[in-house]
Amino acid sequence: MSETGNKATARTFDISTKSHYLTKAFQSPFYSRQDPLNHLREWGRWADYLSPHAYTCSSMEYFACRNACTVFDLTPMSKYRISGKDALPYLNRLVTRDVNKIKPGRVGYTVWCDDHGQVVDDGTIFHLGEDDYRLCSQERHLDWLLTNTIGFDVSLADETHDVAALALQGPTSCATLKKMGLEGVASMKPFDIGHFPFEDSRLMVSRTGFTGDLGYELWIAPEYAGALWDRLFEAGELHGIQAMGDEALQMLRVEAGFIQARHEFMPAHATVRTGHTRSPFELGLGWLVDFGKPVFNGRGALLAQKKKGHRYNLVRLDIDGNKPARDAYVFNTKKKKVGTVTSAFWSPSAKASIALATVETPHGEPGEKLLVEIYYQKELKWSRVMAPARVVTDVFYDPPRRRKTPPADF
Amino acid sequence: MTSNQVVIIGAGHNGLVCAAYLARAGKTVTVLEASGQVGGAAITREFAPGFKVSAAAHLLYLLDADVRRELSLDAAGLSFSQQDIRTTALAADGNHLQIAGDALQGANIGEADRLAMREYRRLMNRFAAVINRLNKRLPPRIGTRDRKDWIELGKLALNVRLLGKDDMREFLRIAAINIYDVLQENFENPLLKGALSMDGVLGSNLGPRSNNSVFCALHRFSGLQGLSMPRGGMGAVSEALAGAARQHGASIRTSAPVSRILMEGDHVAGVELSGGEQIAAGTVISSADPKTTFLGLLGARNLEAGFARKVQNIRMRGNVAKLHLALNKAPEFKGLNQDQLDNRLLIAPDMEYVEHAFNHSKYGEYSAAPVAEITIPSLRDNSLAPPGKHVLSALVQYAPYQLTSGWSENKAAFTDLVIETIAVYAPGIRSQILHTELLTPADIESEFRITGGHWHHGEMALDQFLMLRPVPHAAQYATPVNGLYLCGAGSHPGGGVMGSAGRNAAHAVLGRKDTEDQHP
Repeated sequence: MSETGNKATARTFDISTKSHYLTKAFQSPFYSRQDPLNHLREWGRWADYLSPHAYTCSSMEYFACRNACTVFDLTPMSKYRISGKDALPYLNRLVTRDVNKIKPGRVGYTVWCDDHGQVVDDGTIFHLGEDDYRLCSQERHLDWLLTNTIGFDVSLADETHDVAALALQGPTSCATLKKMGLEGVASMKPFDIGHFPFEDSRLMVSRTGFTGDLGYELWIAPEYAGALWDRLFEAGELHGIQAMGDEALQMLRVEAGFIQARHEFMPAHATVRTGHTRSPFELGLGWLVDFGKPVFNGRGALLAQKKKGHRYNLVRLDIDGNKPARDAYVFNTKKKKVGTVTSAFWSPSAKASIALATVETPHGEPGEKLLVEIYYQKELKWSRVMAPARVVTDVFYDPPRRRKTPPADF
Repeated sequence: MTSNQVVIIGAGHNGLVCAAYLARAGKTVTVLEASGQVGGAAITREFAPGFKVSAAAHLLYLLDADVRRELSLDAAGLSFSQQDIRTTALAADGNHLQIAGDALQGANIGEADRLAMREYRRLMNRFAAVINRLNKRLPPRIGTRDRKDWIELGKLALNVRLLGKDDMREFLRIAAINIYDVLQENFENPLLKGALSMDGVLGSNLGPRSNNSVFCALHRFSGLQGLSMPRGGMGAVSEALAGAARQHGASIRTSAPVSRILMEGDHVAGVELSGGEQIAAGTVISSADPKTTFLGLLGARNLEAGFARKVQNIRMRGNVAKLHLALNKAPEFKGLNQDQLDNRLLIAPDMEYVEHAFNHSKYGEYSAAPVAEITIPSLRDNSLAPPGKHVLSALVQYAPYQLTSGWSENKAAFTDLVIETIAVYAPGIRSQILHTELLTPADIESEFRITGGHWHHGEMALDQFLMLRPVPHAAQYATPVNGLYLCGAGSHPGGGVMGSAGRNAAHAVLGRKDTEDQHP
């Protein structure tokens, strides 16, 4: 037998036309539209892209999303195209869930692990067509995805920079898209994928999002980015459309109970210290682990963990008072430290101080009473409060319009 | 129903050893061998009418003494045509160096070198004993909470410490460095240094100046026994092992090439032969190399990706060619007596020569002036050649698996070059040749089904040794695939006709954690 080669072909990003080595960052294809709206003149980073923290005021952007609709630039998200004869078995070996259940024209949420059953990232699988998928995630994974091609007849392409993407989220998002002329968009169910003509190109729309609200994500070739932005804002003008940055998104996704890499867990491949990573069970994602599959990355380790028990529980906390519990320690009622808060906000929609927190097992049972140590300051004067908190199971904000098809007009 | 059924892939010496131990323990064992005869790369075969030779390994120096005793190989017909074979380092001017243990003779060897040789061999043997002890044990894993792993690691540390302060320091100093530096520190005579450097580079992708070459030499020393030649060639070892295995009840099928390992859910279910026949088994043990086993027979898609990558990255590109000459009479080497002709003859006149020979292989070329280890087994074993005629068997380095200009185009030229090189020392040899066979690593790959033609099933190096051989999570013979085990040279303790991997694997299958304690 000759040395077993890697059958995958990989198309990687051509940087020869980019000037990132001069600018130290990519500008999104929407940059020309984002820049004049960015009144704060501040840019954050998402991987190799400039990404606004906020355009004007994160609270205003938050309320725009819950009461009208907002546009968030998703372009920096990693997008990998996986196609070919073995695309399905490849994905089934890569991720923990059963990918067979994601039918063509549908999107599925998933998580994937390394051999030790530690979460590499979470993301979405778009079933675009026969033997044709797109995997989206916050972090970059080209090396790991290439490693996974050993023994599979697949083609793998990094499409991160070849697809411009916007999230249009909020109660008036569907109305805005209808106004834009997207015929039939209202009949799309959650996690559906639809295609619509756009100028001489094609706009892909998925009913997905990261806000826990009615919303869509729009995918288009970068050269149409400006036109898409303009058409959206034109159509959405009377529907209260606003551009939104990452700060508002953080509040929205915590209300929706969504976890995020580098907040609720460290991506396994970006983690140096042993024990600082998390398994799906430790992130409340056990429902995404399908041991019925004979092989997938981390299966052996996860089976062992299932038998032995996991170390942490990820919980939602409803905390007394109105002080955001950012970076707080979590104690049990006997004041023994049992965990830490990973994300926390005052939730304007739930009217509660909410948090996602990691606690050591066996803590984290629904209804369990815990204490959260909150430090806060008022005009440089620090105070500390041990705020009682309760483990809740429901997400903090879950409007019925999120799932309703067709969505109501607002 | 099939849980007691054991299938062993490959009737190489390790596969046969494993089969014998498992059959002895009451398992129902079937060994499936792709070729028409047992032995894998430890075979004797005819390469010209009437001329037979050990087709790959031609000297025995690492055979596990426990295997030999426990499987009664001597009773099963193993005998030797030569034992304690001496080494002759050939010099172009005929002033050769004779090496017999510590004793040095010829080549104007100085008193300082004689003394240094004694100390060098004392140290190397002490250090090799540390490794020898490891050879017969399940390699400890790192990072587990298994008490046995910790005890084993502790014993290893203790054994290093028991070398004593001075020797331990020296062991730790030299174990991972290159043999060029070590020999340069100790010796003066270039011929002696050239010959000793061969211990560090033979069968590997190393030059004397490469790191790991001291470790390689220690591995060669770790058999703690002299060089010998089985009567009837290396195939005699395999025949004896096959005899022992059969006697214990194992069944051995030749011409039965396994095409894939079958899975049922997350457990192996048996194997399929290339003819389509399926054989059910709850335990499948592969003596094939790890790449063939995991990426070929099992398929990477049945493995988790990190593990598959580690397997793909195993360094196993052969760099050794094997030359077989059928000669019409015993060859004559300049300055070599007839009674020295049956020595192990080395063409490695100095370390720079060896290093230069290696340099070519780094760039995908064969050596312009190769090094060689030559034996003429028919001098003491008349079963190998017709009366009065002889066979010459030589390991030739360096012949890289991935020859840039391709082996099929260059094999004839390389063969000629090798004969030319030997003719420097044995000027008349060309006219004596009746038949020539040269096996390049590409030939070795196809004949013996070893990925990369690397007959150790992976470089012998510290990064592919002990708990790292062949890769972590498969170092204790069990693999991440339920019911699939390894027992070949790709596993600890590695290459050379040892049988230790097969024996250790059998004990791992039988659930005995500690092989040595079972057989005091």
